[in-house]
Amino acid sequence: MAEPFIIAENLSYTYTDEDGDSTDALKGVSFTVNAGEYVAVLGHNGSGKSTLAKLLNVILTPSGGKLTVGGHVIHSEMSEDEVFDVRRDVGMVFQNPDNQLVATIVEEDVAFGPENLGIPREEMRMRVDDALKTVGMYEHRANQPHRLSGGQKQRVAIAGVIAMMPKCIVFDESTAMLDPRGRAEVMQTIRRLNQDFGMTILHITHYMDEAVMADRILVVNDGEIYRDGTPKEVFADVEGLRRVGLDVPQGRELMHELSRSGIRFDDKPIDIEHCAELLLAKYNALK
Amino acid sequence: MMKDVTLGQYFGGNSVLHRADPRAKLLFSLLYIVMLFFVKSAAGFAFVTLFTVFLVLISGVPVKIVLRSVRPLALIIALTAFLNIFWTTGDTLLFEWGFIHIYLEGIIFALFMALRILLLVVGMSVALTYTTTPLALTDAIEELLSPLKKVHVPVHDFAMMMTIAMRFIPTLIEETDKIMDAQKARGADFESGGLVEKAKALIPILIPLFVSAFKRADDLAVAMECRCYRGGEGRTKLKELHYGKCDLLLLAISTVFVAGIILCNVFLPYISI
Repeated sequence: MAEPFIIAENLSYTYTDEDGDSTDALKGVSFTVNAGEYVAVLGHNGSGKSTLAKLLNVILTPSGGKLTVGGHVIHSEMSEDEVFDVRRDVGMVFQNPDNQLVATIVEEDVAFGPENLGIPREEMRMRVDDALKTVGMYEHRANQPHRLSGGQKQRVAIAGVIAMMPKCIVFDESTAMLDPRGRAEVMQTIRRLNQDFGMTILHITHYMDEAVMADRILVVNDGEIYRDGTPKEVFADVEGLRRVGLDVPQGRELMHELSRSGIRFDDKPIDIEHCAELLLAKYNALK
Repeated sequence: MMKDVTLGQYFGGNSVLHRADPRAKLLFSLLYIVMLFFVKSAAGFAFVTLFTVFLVLISGVPVKIVLRSVRPLALIIALTAFLNIFWTTGDTLLFEWGFIHIYLEGIIFALFMALRILLLVVGMSVALTYTTTPLALTDAIEELLSPLKKVHVPVHDFAMMMTIAMRFIPTLIEETDKIMDAQKARGADFESGGLVEKAKALIPILIPLFVSAFKRADDLAVAMECRCYRGGEGRTKLKELHYGKCDLLLLAISTVFVAGIILCNVFLPYISI
Protein backbone atom coordinates (compact mmCIF):
# COMPACT_ATOMS: atom_id res chain seq x y z
CA MET A 1 0.00 0.00 0.00
CA ALA A 2 1.45 3.33 -1.05
CA GLU A 3 1.98 6.10 1.47
CA PRO A 4 -0.51 8.93 1.38
CA PHE A 5 1.23 12.17 0.36
CA ILE A 6 -1.70 14.58 0.56
CA ILE A 7 -4.42 14.10 3.16
CA ALA A 8 -7.34 16.50 3.24
CA GLU A 9 -9.88 16.07 6.02
CA ASN A 10 -13.00 18.19 5.94
CA LEU A 11 -10.91 20.94 4.30
CA SER A 12 -12.57 24.29 3.74
CA TYR A 13 -11.55 27.69 2.50
CA THR A 14 -13.50 30.93 2.57
CA TYR A 15 -12.59 34.02 0.55
CA THR A 16 -13.50 37.35 2.08
CA ASP A 17 -13.51 40.37 -0.21
CA GLU A 18 -12.99 44.01 0.75
CA ASP A 19 -16.68 44.56 1.49
CA GLY A 20 -16.61 41.74 4.01
CA ASP A 21 -18.67 39.44 1.80
CA SER A 22 -17.44 35.89 2.03
CA THR A 23 -17.58 33.08 -0.49
CA ASP A 24 -16.98 29.46 0.37
CA ALA A 25 -14.56 28.19 -2.25
CA LEU A 26 -14.12 24.82 -0.58
CA LYS A 27 -16.80 23.37 1.69
CA GLY A 28 -15.30 20.55 3.69
CA VAL A 29 -13.60 18.29 1.20
CA SER A 30 -11.86 15.04 2.17
CA PHE A 31 -9.56 13.00 -0.03
CA THR A 32 -6.08 11.49 -0.12
CA VAL A 33 -3.46 11.38 -2.82
CA ASN A 34 -0.86 8.63 -2.51
CA ALA A 35 2.81 9.13 -3.24
CA GLY A 36 3.53 8.35 -6.88
CA GLU A 37 -0.09 8.73 -7.92
CA TYR A 38 -1.24 10.78 -10.90
CA VAL A 39 -4.46 12.54 -10.03
CA ALA A 40 -6.42 14.91 -12.25
CA VAL A 41 -8.68 17.50 -10.66
CA LEU A 42 -11.62 18.41 -12.88
CA GLY A 43 -14.11 21.15 -12.41
CA HIS A 44 -15.58 24.11 -14.27
CA ASN A 45 -14.54 27.68 -13.53
CA GLY A 46 -15.17 28.73 -9.96
CA SER A 47 -15.55 25.16 -8.72
CA GLY A 48 -12.76 25.62 -6.19
CA LYS A 49 -10.12 23.56 -7.97
CA SER A 50 -7.56 26.35 -8.15
CA THR A 51 -8.12 27.20 -4.50
CA LEU A 52 -7.26 23.60 -3.73
CA ALA A 53 -3.96 23.96 -5.62
CA LYS A 54 -3.06 27.14 -3.77
CA LEU A 55 -3.63 25.48 -0.40
CA LEU A 56 -1.19 22.69 -1.23
CA ASN A 57 1.63 25.19 -1.64
CA VAL A 58 0.76 27.47 1.28
CA ILE A 59 -0.14 30.36 -1.01
CA LEU A 60 -3.41 30.17 0.92
CA THR A 61 -4.00 28.49 4.26
CA PRO A 62 -7.13 26.51 5.15
CA SER A 63 -10.04 28.23 6.91
CA GLY A 64 -11.15 24.93 8.41
CA GLY A 65 -10.42 21.23 8.48
CA LYS A 66 -6.99 19.68 8.22
CA LEU A 67 -4.57 19.46 5.33
CA THR A 68 -1.36 17.43 5.49
CA VAL A 69 1.13 17.60 2.65
CA GLY A 70 4.17 15.34 2.75
CA GLY A 71 3.91 15.07 6.52
CA HIS A 72 3.59 18.83 7.07
CA VAL A 73 0.32 20.13 8.45
CA ILE A 74 -0.64 23.30 6.57
CA HIS A 75 -1.96 26.05 8.83
CA SER A 76 -1.87 29.82 8.99
CA GLU A 77 0.77 30.10 11.71
CA MET A 78 3.55 28.24 9.93
CA SER A 79 7.05 29.66 10.30
CA GLU A 80 8.95 30.77 7.22
CA ASP A 81 11.15 27.67 7.44
CA GLU A 82 8.17 25.32 7.58
CA VAL A 83 6.64 26.98 4.51
CA PHE A 84 10.02 26.66 2.79
CA ASP A 85 10.05 22.91 3.54
CA VAL A 86 6.58 22.40 2.07
CA ARG A 87 7.47 24.33 -1.08
CA ARG A 88 10.64 22.32 -1.47
CA ASP A 89 8.48 19.17 -1.56
CA VAL A 90 5.64 20.51 -3.69
CA GLY A 91 6.49 22.26 -6.93
CA MET A 92 3.94 24.25 -8.83
CA VAL A 93 3.51 25.03 -12.52
CA PHE A 94 1.09 27.84 -13.30
CA GLN A 95 -1.16 28.76 -16.18
CA ASN A 96 0.69 31.59 -17.88
CA PRO A 97 4.15 30.49 -19.01
CA ASP A 98 5.31 34.10 -19.39
CA ASN A 99 4.58 35.09 -15.84
CA GLN A 100 6.63 32.41 -14.12
CA LEU A 101 9.99 32.69 -15.84
CA VAL A 102 12.38 34.91 -13.93
CA ALA A 103 15.69 35.01 -15.79
CA THR A 104 16.68 36.18 -19.25
CA ILE A 105 18.41 32.92 -20.18
CA VAL A 106 16.70 29.50 -20.13
CA GLU A 107 19.28 27.69 -18.00
CA GLU A 108 19.51 30.59 -15.54
CA ASP A 109 15.78 30.35 -15.08
CA VAL A 110 15.90 26.61 -14.44
CA ALA A 111 18.66 27.30 -11.90
CA PHE A 112 16.52 29.85 -10.04
CA GLY A 113 14.84 27.30 -7.75
CA PRO A 114 18.02 25.34 -6.90
CA GLU A 115 19.79 28.66 -6.29
CA ASN A 116 17.15 29.53 -3.74
CA LEU A 117 17.63 26.17 -2.07
CA GLY A 118 21.35 26.85 -1.77
CA ILE A 119 22.43 23.82 -3.82
CA PRO A 120 26.23 23.72 -4.40
CA ARG A 121 27.29 24.78 -7.88
CA GLU A 122 28.55 21.45 -9.28
CA GLU A 123 25.37 19.66 -8.26
CA MET A 124 23.26 22.53 -9.54
CA ARG A 125 24.91 22.30 -12.95
CA MET A 126 23.98 18.60 -13.06
CA ARG A 127 20.44 19.18 -11.90
CA VAL A 128 19.84 21.96 -14.42
CA ASP A 129 21.19 19.88 -17.30
CA ASP A 130 19.23 16.80 -16.26
CA ALA A 131 16.02 18.76 -15.83
CA LEU A 132 16.40 20.39 -19.24
CA LYS A 133 17.07 17.01 -20.84
CA THR A 134 14.03 15.50 -19.11
CA VAL A 135 11.72 18.08 -20.69
CA GLY A 136 13.62 18.00 -23.99
CA MET A 137 14.80 21.60 -23.85
CA TYR A 138 18.53 21.02 -23.38
CA GLU A 139 19.49 22.38 -26.79
CA HIS A 140 17.66 25.61 -25.96
CA ARG A 141 19.56 26.16 -22.69
CA ALA A 142 21.33 29.33 -23.84
CA ASN A 143 18.25 30.78 -25.51
CA GLN A 144 16.13 33.67 -24.28
CA PRO A 145 12.67 32.69 -22.99
CA HIS A 146 10.82 35.20 -25.14
CA ARG A 147 12.11 33.49 -28.28
CA LEU A 148 10.42 30.19 -27.32
CA SER A 149 6.91 28.97 -28.11
CA GLY A 150 4.28 28.70 -25.38
CA GLY A 151 4.74 24.94 -25.03
CA GLN A 152 8.51 25.34 -24.85
CA LYS A 153 8.25 28.06 -22.21
CA GLN A 154 5.95 25.88 -20.18
CA ARG A 155 8.43 23.01 -20.43
CA VAL A 156 11.19 25.34 -19.21
CA ALA A 157 8.94 26.23 -16.28
CA ILE A 158 8.50 22.50 -15.58
CA ALA A 159 12.28 22.00 -15.78
CA GLY A 160 12.66 24.80 -13.23
CA VAL A 161 10.44 22.83 -10.87
CA ILE A 162 12.06 19.43 -11.60
CA ALA A 163 15.52 20.87 -10.86
CA MET A 164 14.33 21.49 -7.29
CA MET A 165 13.59 17.74 -7.06
CA PRO A 166 10.20 17.99 -5.38
CA LYS A 167 8.20 14.92 -4.40
CA CYS A 168 5.06 16.26 -5.96
CA ILE A 169 4.25 18.69 -8.76
CA VAL A 170 0.96 20.54 -8.97
CA PHE A 171 -0.05 21.71 -12.44
CA ASP A 172 -2.54 24.53 -12.06
CA GLU A 173 -4.20 24.61 -15.49
CA SER A 174 -0.75 24.60 -17.03
CA THR A 175 -2.06 23.68 -20.47
CA ALA A 176 -4.93 26.17 -20.60
CA MET A 177 -3.05 28.87 -22.52
CA LEU A 178 -1.26 26.58 -24.96
CA ASP A 179 -2.04 25.56 -28.52
CA PRO A 180 -2.81 21.85 -29.20
CA ARG A 181 0.83 21.11 -29.98
CA GLY A 182 2.09 22.81 -26.83
CA ARG A 183 -0.50 20.94 -24.81
CA ALA A 184 0.61 17.61 -26.24
CA GLU A 185 4.25 18.43 -25.39
CA VAL A 186 3.39 19.31 -21.83
CA MET A 187 1.10 16.32 -21.32
CA GLN A 188 3.81 13.98 -22.55
CA THR A 189 6.27 15.55 -20.10
CA ILE A 190 3.81 15.20 -17.23
CA ARG A 191 3.24 11.53 -18.00
CA ARG A 192 6.97 10.85 -18.16
CA LEU A 193 7.54 12.50 -14.80
CA ASN A 194 4.94 10.26 -13.25
CA GLN A 195 5.89 7.00 -14.96
CA ASP A 196 9.68 7.25 -15.16
CA PHE A 197 10.41 9.27 -12.02
CA GLY A 198 7.53 8.20 -9.82
CA MET A 199 6.63 11.79 -9.07
CA THR A 200 3.26 12.49 -7.48
CA ILE A 201 1.24 14.59 -9.93
CA LEU A 202 -1.81 16.68 -9.27
CA HIS A 203 -3.07 18.04 -12.55
CA ILE A 204 -5.78 20.65 -12.40
CA THR A 205 -7.53 21.01 -15.73
CA HIS A 206 -10.81 21.40 -17.51
CA TYR A 207 -9.78 19.37 -20.53
CA MET A 208 -11.44 15.95 -20.42
CA ASP A 209 -8.95 14.30 -22.76
CA GLU A 210 -6.15 15.31 -20.37
CA ALA A 211 -7.96 14.01 -17.32
CA VAL A 212 -8.32 10.62 -19.00
CA MET A 213 -4.56 10.09 -18.75
CA ALA A 214 -4.57 10.22 -14.95
CA ASP A 215 -4.76 7.25 -12.57
CA ARG A 216 -7.59 8.89 -10.76
CA ILE A 217 -9.92 11.83 -11.20
CA LEU A 218 -11.31 14.11 -8.53
CA VAL A 219 -14.29 16.05 -9.78
CA VAL A 220 -14.81 19.26 -7.84
CA ASN A 221 -18.10 21.06 -8.04
CA ASP A 222 -19.23 24.06 -6.05
CA GLY A 223 -16.54 23.56 -3.40
CA GLU A 224 -17.29 19.90 -2.87
CA ILE A 225 -15.86 16.63 -4.17
CA TYR A 226 -18.48 15.43 -6.62
CA ARG A 227 -16.78 12.26 -7.87
CA ASP A 228 -13.60 10.43 -6.94
CA GLY A 229 -12.51 7.44 -8.98
CA THR A 230 -10.64 6.08 -11.99
CA PRO A 231 -11.31 7.88 -15.29
CA LYS A 232 -13.50 4.99 -16.40
CA GLU A 233 -15.61 5.12 -13.27
CA VAL A 234 -15.98 8.88 -13.35
CA PHE A 235 -16.84 9.15 -17.02
CA ALA A 236 -19.36 6.29 -16.82
CA ASP A 237 -21.86 8.76 -15.40
CA VAL A 238 -22.31 11.04 -18.40
CA GLU A 239 -25.56 12.63 -17.19
CA GLY A 240 -24.14 13.31 -13.74
CA LEU A 241 -21.12 15.12 -15.16
CA ARG A 242 -23.30 17.15 -17.51
CA ARG A 243 -25.34 18.30 -14.55
CA VAL A 244 -22.24 19.95 -13.05
CA GLY A 245 -21.28 21.57 -16.35
CA LEU A 246 -18.64 19.09 -17.47
CA ASP A 247 -18.29 17.18 -20.69
CA VAL A 248 -16.99 13.66 -21.21
CA PRO A 249 -14.35 12.51 -23.71
CA GLN A 250 -15.75 12.38 -27.26
CA GLY A 251 -15.59 8.58 -27.63
CA ARG A 252 -17.47 8.13 -24.40
CA GLU A 253 -20.07 10.66 -25.47
CA LEU A 254 -20.70 8.89 -28.75
CA MET A 255 -21.16 5.54 -27.00
CA HIS A 256 -23.49 7.15 -24.51
CA GLU A 257 -25.69 8.70 -27.21
CA LEU A 258 -25.79 5.40 -29.09
CA SER A 259 -26.87 3.47 -26.03
CA ARG A 260 -29.57 6.04 -25.36
CA SER A 261 -31.01 5.30 -28.78
CA GLY A 262 -31.05 1.62 -28.03
CA ILE A 263 -27.67 0.31 -29.12
CA ARG A 264 -26.26 -1.22 -25.95
CA PHE A 265 -22.60 -1.93 -25.26
CA ASP A 266 -21.16 -4.17 -22.54
CA ASP A 267 -18.38 -1.80 -21.62
CA LYS A 268 -18.04 1.94 -21.06
CA PRO A 269 -14.63 2.70 -22.54
CA ILE A 270 -13.04 6.15 -22.59
CA ASP A 271 -10.14 5.82 -25.01
CA ILE A 272 -10.76 6.26 -28.72
CA GLU A 273 -9.19 2.94 -29.84
CA HIS A 274 -11.29 0.90 -27.46
CA CYS A 275 -14.44 2.73 -28.54
CA ALA A 276 -13.63 2.10 -32.19
CA GLU A 277 -13.11 -1.60 -31.52
CA LEU A 278 -16.44 -1.94 -29.76
CA LEU A 279 -18.23 -0.01 -32.50
CA LEU A 280 -16.73 -2.20 -35.18
CA ALA A 281 -17.70 -5.34 -33.30
CA LYS A 282 -21.23 -4.03 -32.88
CA TYR A 283 -21.43 -3.09 -36.54
CA ASN A 284 -20.31 -6.55 -37.64
CA ALA A 285 -22.75 -8.20 -35.24
CA LEU A 286 -25.67 -6.08 -36.44
CA LYS A 287 -24.85 -6.85 -40.07
CA MET B 1 9.67 42.77 -35.70
CA MET B 2 9.81 44.46 -32.32
CA LYS B 3 10.47 41.08 -30.74
CA ASP B 4 13.97 41.11 -32.13
CA VAL B 5 15.07 44.27 -30.35
CA THR B 6 18.25 43.26 -28.56
CA LEU B 7 18.62 44.06 -24.91
CA GLY B 8 21.31 46.66 -24.48
CA GLN B 9 23.64 46.69 -27.44
CA TYR B 10 25.45 43.41 -26.94
CA PHE B 11 27.38 42.33 -30.01
CA GLY B 12 28.40 38.69 -29.74
CA GLY B 13 32.02 37.65 -30.17
CA ASN B 14 34.94 35.87 -28.60
CA SER B 15 37.53 38.60 -28.17
CA VAL B 16 39.62 39.29 -25.08
CA LEU B 17 37.10 41.98 -24.17
CA HIS B 18 34.21 39.52 -24.51
CA ARG B 19 35.91 36.90 -22.39
CA ALA B 20 37.15 39.21 -19.65
CA ASP B 21 35.26 39.17 -16.37
CA PRO B 22 32.46 41.75 -16.37
CA ARG B 23 33.71 43.12 -13.05
CA ALA B 24 37.13 43.75 -14.57
CA LYS B 25 35.53 45.45 -17.54
CA LEU B 26 33.36 47.60 -15.31
CA LEU B 27 36.37 48.72 -13.28
CA PHE B 28 38.37 49.27 -16.45
CA SER B 29 35.58 51.45 -17.85
CA LEU B 30 35.53 53.55 -14.71
CA LEU B 31 39.30 53.96 -14.90
CA TYR B 32 38.99 54.89 -18.57
CA ILE B 33 36.44 57.61 -17.87
CA VAL B 34 38.40 59.09 -14.98
CA MET B 35 41.68 59.07 -16.87
CA LEU B 36 40.06 60.68 -19.88
CA PHE B 37 39.54 63.80 -17.79
CA PHE B 38 43.21 63.96 -16.84
CA VAL B 39 44.29 64.17 -20.47
CA LYS B 40 45.33 67.74 -21.15
CA SER B 41 47.72 67.94 -24.09
CA ALA B 42 47.63 67.25 -27.80
CA ALA B 43 50.06 64.37 -27.35
CA GLY B 44 47.82 62.94 -24.63
CA PHE B 45 44.76 63.10 -26.83
CA ALA B 46 46.66 61.50 -29.69
CA PHE B 47 47.70 58.69 -27.35
CA VAL B 48 44.17 58.11 -26.01
CA THR B 49 42.74 58.17 -29.54
CA LEU B 50 45.22 55.52 -30.64
CA PHE B 51 44.47 53.51 -27.52
CA THR B 52 40.72 53.65 -28.16
CA VAL B 53 41.20 52.61 -31.77
CA PHE B 54 43.26 49.70 -30.44
CA LEU B 55 40.35 48.76 -28.11
CA VAL B 56 37.90 48.83 -31.01
CA LEU B 57 40.21 46.63 -33.06
CA ILE B 58 40.70 43.98 -30.37
CA SER B 59 36.98 43.95 -29.53
CA GLY B 60 36.20 42.65 -33.01
CA VAL B 61 33.09 44.85 -33.17
CA PRO B 62 32.79 46.31 -36.69
CA VAL B 63 33.69 50.01 -36.86
CA LYS B 64 30.38 50.76 -38.55
CA ILE B 65 28.47 49.43 -35.55
CA VAL B 66 30.68 51.31 -33.09
CA LEU B 67 30.03 54.54 -34.95
CA ARG B 68 26.31 53.84 -34.74
CA SER B 69 26.51 54.35 -30.97
CA VAL B 70 28.02 57.80 -31.56
CA ARG B 71 25.34 59.01 -33.94
CA PRO B 72 22.67 59.85 -31.35
CA LEU B 73 25.28 61.94 -29.52
CA ALA B 74 26.44 63.90 -32.56
CA LEU B 75 24.20 66.82 -31.67
CA ILE B 76 25.44 66.97 -28.08
CA ILE B 77 29.05 66.83 -29.24
CA ALA B 78 28.46 69.58 -31.79
CA LEU B 79 26.65 71.76 -29.28
CA THR B 80 29.37 71.35 -26.65
CA ALA B 81 32.04 72.28 -29.18
CA PHE B 82 30.02 75.25 -30.44
CA LEU B 83 29.41 76.70 -26.97
CA ASN B 84 33.03 76.22 -25.95
CA ILE B 85 34.25 78.17 -28.97
CA PHE B 86 32.32 81.27 -27.88
CA TRP B 87 32.60 81.03 -24.14
CA THR B 88 36.30 80.28 -23.68
CA THR B 89 38.58 83.24 -23.27
CA GLY B 90 42.34 83.24 -23.88
CA ASP B 91 45.28 85.34 -25.05
CA THR B 92 45.19 84.91 -28.82
CA LEU B 93 42.19 86.73 -30.24
CA LEU B 94 41.37 85.44 -33.70
CA PHE B 95 38.06 87.04 -34.52
CA GLU B 96 35.94 89.78 -33.08
CA TRP B 97 32.50 90.96 -34.10
CA GLY B 98 30.29 92.85 -31.69
CA PHE B 99 30.04 90.84 -28.53
CA ILE B 100 31.50 87.73 -30.18
CA HIS B 101 35.13 87.02 -29.38
CA ILE B 102 36.78 83.88 -30.65
CA TYR B 103 40.13 82.90 -29.22
CA LEU B 104 42.55 80.23 -30.42
CA GLU B 105 42.32 78.65 -26.97
CA GLY B 106 38.55 78.40 -27.41
CA ILE B 107 38.89 76.48 -30.64
CA ILE B 108 41.46 74.11 -29.15
CA PHE B 109 39.36 73.61 -26.04
CA ALA B 110 36.26 72.93 -28.13
CA LEU B 111 38.09 70.38 -30.26
CA PHE B 112 39.46 68.64 -27.18
CA MET B 113 36.03 68.55 -25.51
CA ALA B 114 34.38 67.07 -28.59
CA LEU B 115 37.14 64.50 -28.91
CA ARG B 116 36.82 63.63 -25.23
CA ILE B 117 33.07 62.93 -25.48
CA LEU B 118 33.59 60.96 -28.67
CA LEU B 119 36.31 58.82 -27.08
CA LEU B 120 34.20 58.38 -23.94
CA VAL B 121 31.28 56.95 -25.90
CA VAL B 122 33.37 54.76 -28.18
CA GLY B 123 35.57 53.44 -25.37
CA MET B 124 32.64 52.67 -23.07
CA SER B 125 30.68 50.93 -25.78
CA VAL B 126 33.48 48.59 -26.86
CA ALA B 127 34.80 47.95 -23.36
CA LEU B 128 31.39 47.41 -21.83
CA THR B 129 28.06 47.59 -23.63
CA TYR B 130 29.02 45.87 -26.91
CA THR B 131 31.02 43.11 -25.25
CA THR B 132 29.03 42.38 -22.08
CA THR B 133 25.54 40.88 -21.82
CA PRO B 134 23.15 42.83 -19.58
CA LEU B 135 22.91 39.77 -17.34
CA ALA B 136 26.69 39.61 -16.84
CA LEU B 137 26.69 43.33 -16.17
CA THR B 138 24.01 42.93 -13.51
CA ASP B 139 26.01 40.15 -11.88
CA ALA B 140 29.13 42.30 -11.95
CA ILE B 141 27.34 45.25 -10.33
CA GLU B 142 25.93 42.95 -7.65
CA GLU B 143 29.37 41.47 -6.93
CA LEU B 144 31.17 44.80 -6.88
CA LEU B 145 28.58 46.38 -4.60
CA SER B 146 28.34 43.35 -2.31
CA PRO B 147 30.48 44.98 0.43
CA LEU B 148 27.57 47.41 0.85
CA LYS B 149 25.43 44.51 2.09
CA LYS B 150 27.25 44.90 5.40
CA VAL B 151 25.64 48.30 5.85
CA HIS B 152 22.24 46.81 4.88
CA VAL B 153 22.02 48.12 1.35
CA PRO B 154 19.72 45.64 -0.46
CA VAL B 155 22.21 45.00 -3.28
CA HIS B 156 20.81 41.58 -4.18
CA ASP B 157 17.27 42.91 -4.40
CA PHE B 158 18.32 45.66 -6.80
CA ALA B 159 20.15 43.15 -8.98
CA MET B 160 17.07 40.89 -8.98
CA MET B 161 14.88 43.83 -9.97
CA MET B 162 17.23 44.64 -12.85
CA THR B 163 17.17 41.04 -14.06
CA ILE B 164 13.39 40.84 -13.93
CA ALA B 165 13.04 44.18 -15.69
CA MET B 166 15.28 42.93 -18.49
CA ARG B 167 13.37 39.66 -18.66
CA PHE B 168 10.05 41.46 -19.12
CA ILE B 169 11.08 44.11 -21.65
CA PRO B 170 10.44 41.84 -24.68
CA THR B 171 7.25 40.46 -23.11
CA LEU B 172 5.84 43.95 -22.57
CA ILE B 173 6.88 45.10 -26.04
CA GLU B 174 5.01 42.15 -27.50
CA GLU B 175 2.02 42.99 -25.36
CA THR B 176 2.09 46.63 -26.48
CA ASP B 177 1.98 45.44 -30.09
CA LYS B 178 -1.02 43.26 -29.30
CA ILE B 179 -2.91 46.00 -27.50
CA MET B 180 -2.21 48.45 -30.32
CA ASP B 181 -3.57 45.97 -32.84
CA ALA B 182 -6.61 45.34 -30.67
CA GLN B 183 -7.30 49.06 -30.34
CA LYS B 184 -6.75 49.64 -34.04
CA ALA B 185 -9.26 46.90 -34.76
CA ARG B 186 -11.71 48.87 -32.64
CA GLY B 187 -11.07 51.96 -34.71
CA ALA B 188 -8.40 53.72 -32.68
CA ASP B 189 -6.26 56.13 -34.67
CA PHE B 190 -2.64 56.52 -33.62
CA GLU B 191 -1.22 58.27 -36.66
CA SER B 192 -3.19 61.42 -37.38
CA GLY B 193 -3.65 64.57 -35.33
CA GLY B 194 -1.27 66.88 -33.55
CA LEU B 195 1.04 66.12 -30.69
CA VAL B 196 -1.70 66.41 -28.07
CA GLU B 197 -4.06 64.10 -29.98
CA LYS B 198 -1.28 61.57 -30.48
CA ALA B 199 -0.44 61.62 -26.79
CA LYS B 200 -4.12 61.20 -25.94
CA ALA B 201 -4.33 58.25 -28.32
CA LEU B 202 -1.72 56.48 -26.21
CA ILE B 203 -3.98 56.38 -23.15
CA PRO B 204 -6.02 53.39 -24.39
CA ILE B 205 -2.72 51.55 -24.82
CA LEU B 206 -1.12 52.51 -21.55
CA ILE B 207 -4.03 51.65 -19.29
CA PRO B 208 -4.43 48.00 -20.40
CA LEU B 209 -0.65 47.69 -20.45
CA PHE B 210 -0.37 48.83 -16.85
CA VAL B 211 -3.24 46.64 -15.70
CA SER B 212 -1.63 43.61 -17.28
CA ALA B 213 1.83 44.52 -15.97
CA PHE B 214 0.45 44.55 -12.42
CA LYS B 215 -1.25 41.21 -13.01
CA ARG B 216 2.02 39.80 -14.31
CA ALA B 217 3.93 41.17 -11.34
CA ASP B 218 1.45 39.52 -9.01
CA ASP B 219 1.70 36.16 -10.81
CA LEU B 220 5.47 36.35 -10.90
CA ALA B 221 5.71 37.10 -7.20
CA VAL B 222 3.63 34.01 -6.39
CA ALA B 223 5.64 31.89 -8.82
CA MET B 224 8.90 33.10 -7.27
CA GLU B 225 7.69 32.34 -3.77
CA CYS B 226 6.64 28.88 -4.89
CA ARG B 227 10.17 28.32 -6.11
CA CYS B 228 11.39 28.99 -2.58
CA TYR B 229 12.67 32.51 -3.23
CA ARG B 230 13.28 34.39 0.00
CA GLY B 231 15.82 37.02 -0.87
CA GLY B 232 19.54 36.82 -1.34
CA GLU B 233 20.39 35.02 1.88
CA GLY B 234 21.62 31.43 1.57
CA ARG B 235 21.45 31.56 -2.21
CA THR B 236 24.01 29.91 -4.43
CA LYS B 237 24.65 30.81 -8.04
CA LEU B 238 24.78 28.68 -11.17
CA LYS B 239 27.43 30.84 -12.73
CA GLU B 240 30.06 32.36 -10.55
CA LEU B 241 32.33 35.07 -11.84
CA HIS B 242 35.99 34.16 -12.11
CA TYR B 243 38.95 36.30 -12.96
CA GLY B 244 41.10 34.69 -15.64
CA LYS B 245 43.91 35.26 -18.11
CA CYS B 246 41.93 37.83 -20.06
CA ASP B 247 41.63 39.93 -16.94
CA LEU B 248 45.41 39.92 -16.47
CA LEU B 249 45.69 41.11 -20.03
CA LEU B 250 43.12 43.81 -19.33
CA LEU B 251 45.14 44.82 -16.27
CA ALA B 252 48.28 45.08 -18.42
CA ILE B 253 46.40 47.17 -20.98
CA SER B 254 45.11 49.53 -18.29
CA THR B 255 48.62 49.92 -16.84
CA VAL B 256 49.92 50.96 -20.26
CA PHE B 257 46.96 53.30 -20.60
CA VAL B 258 47.52 55.07 -17.27
CA ALA B 259 51.30 55.21 -17.73
CA GLY B 260 50.90 56.61 -21.25
CA ILE B 261 48.63 59.42 -20.11
CA ILE B 262 50.92 60.37 -17.22
CA LEU B 263 53.99 60.35 -19.46
CA CYS B 264 52.23 62.49 -22.08
CA ASN B 265 51.14 64.99 -19.44
CA VAL B 266 54.61 65.25 -17.91
CA PHE B 267 56.92 65.12 -20.93
CA LEU B 268 54.84 66.34 -23.85
CA PRO B 269 52.68 69.16 -22.46
CA TYR B 270 52.49 71.02 -25.81
CA ILE B 271 49.19 72.60 -26.84
CA SER B 272 47.58 71.84 -23.52
CA ILE B 273 44.43 73.13 -21.88
